[in-house]
Amino acid sequence: MPALALLGVFMIYPILWSLWMSFQTGRGMQLSFGGLANISRLTQDPVFLRALTNTLIFLAIQVPVMLVLALLFANALNNSALWGRGFFRTAIFLPCVTSLVAYSVVFKSMFSTDGIINHFLMTLHVISAPIPWLADPFWAKVVVISAITWRWTGYNMIFYLAAMQNIDRSIYEAARIDGVPAWARFWYITVPMLKPVILFTTVISTIGTLQLFDEPNLLTQGGPSDSTLTLSMYIYNLSFRFMPSFGYAATVSYVIVILVAILSFLQFLAARDRRA
Amino acid sequence: MSNHLALLGRTAQYVLLSIAAFVSVFPFLWMVIGATNTSPDIIRGKVTPGSALLPNTANFLAAVDLPRILFNSFLIAGVGSALTLLVSSLAGYGFEMFRSRVRERIFGSLLLMLSIPFAALMIPLFVMMANLKLINTYQAVIFPTVASIFIIFYFRQTTKAFPHELRDAARIDGLKEWQIFFFVYMPVMRSTYAAATIIVFMTYWNNYLWPLIVLQTNDMFTLTLAVAALSAGYTPDFGMVMVGAIVATLPTLVIFFLLQRRFVEGMLGAVK
Repeated sequence: MPALALLGVFMIYPILWSLWMSFQTGRGMQLSFGGLANISRLTQDPVFLRALTNTLIFLAIQVPVMLVLALLFANALNNSALWGRGFFRTAIFLPCVTSLVAYSVVFKSMFSTDGIINHFLMTLHVISAPIPWLADPFWAKVVVISAITWRWTGYNMIFYLAAMQNIDRSIYEAARIDGVPAWARFWYITVPMLKPVILFTTVISTIGTLQLFDEPNLLTQGGPSDSTLTLSMYIYNLSFRFMPSFGYAATVSYVIVILVAILSFLQFLAARDRRA
Repeated sequence: MSNHLALLGRTAQYVLLSIAAFVSVFPFLWMVIGATNTSPDIIRGKVTPGSALLPNTANFLAAVDLPRILFNSFLIAGVGSALTLLVSSLAGYGFEMFRSRVRERIFGSLLLMLSIPFAALMIPLFVMMANLKLINTYQAVIFPTVASIFIIFYFRQTTKAFPHELRDAARIDGLKEWQIFFFVYMPVMRSTYAAATIIVFMTYWNNYLWPLIVLQTNDMFTLTLAVAALSAGYTPDFGMVMVGAIVATLPTLVIFFLLQRRFVEGMLGAVK
């Protein structure tokens, strides 16, 4: 199989290589075996801990918010009596076909200190003074989270919508005749039926967010003062921006692998529990 | 009472969806309006169209060798997508059609590999490309992602819906396996291919990190890299960059609208 050969060359080989590198220390390509030196460095590295915390904060807030929104939109759009379904579906899906660079420029300009977002919020009297979105550690995180949510909610919504259309209509009809209210139909029929898809999107989104790189790199360059630095950005910085420290960078990347493994396992476990 | 509640619920749905649609579409409008305004106006949050479209476009064309950059982007995204679809769908088809215990194990480990961050593979891949003397070539951008685990997974899921009787009938008619794949499987699965095309093309077109590393001279840049370079720094010329942003967004939008109906059908198959 050609695909497996390619995967072997471009995935498995680099994976093993980086695993081997994670036990090495040194500058540039001058590497020597360092045993667990990288791991002890990890525990004392404030920048790493910063990046780890940021990544976990992004994960904990962004993934649940995005998936709940996607589920709500999909549920609303699944109603065949809804006027303008095609329009809403296309509009909400639209962000995920945009070029990443294009939207980061657009977001940068919208969130500038005297930009449109601050104008809008001040006109509505939500805030009294402009918020320095990208220059404040807290708000910079908010912008990054909104940006990812803006881009990927529609994508997940399509998965849910597709799955919902596979649910047999007659189940809903029976429930309606029995007088089950709409929220209960959603909670006791739709959500359980969608469990495999919800699991799939949760795992994919978790993996995506743990590997987050593009948005913070383009919107904030990890700043201000590392408040939006993610693990992937740190790995990139360690290998290409500072003095190359490939071995240590590889060690950091295995932290992500371990996190993904643990979280995916927990998610599978949670999904199985509820089924029982 | 319940009628009132239902009405309230429906109104809430419309409000929610309208807000979502507005929030989703607004940045696109903003991009188009921005392209007609000067950079200070954009930063000031001017929402009405201005008259700077021509100078912005002229600046953009002066800053970027557009034909060359477009050619790079289309070549990479086009060839990359075609190869990825072929190789990954073949793998997905294989996994579903010829099951065995070894296959299942390989498939399981593929899923695990999805969790390896690309950042972790960058350095080994970069060194590999350097050893193969492929740095700054189209091949270096395309090759590492041709066998996409996500797309293999997606094709495997959708192939579950492919009627096996069709394959058996084709075998009885004396078709070879590759003929079955090209002349029976592919036409039947065209919705799946449409959905995968959108996703794969989008991924290549918008890819940023890997091209940033392997493409090193301006004449090899993709549109994504060129626009990113223009927008670097604290006060880029937003008007000019907005024009670039529009050019960078248009192809994926066009493809999406062309394949939209098939896209939703294709996704339907994926989650069965």
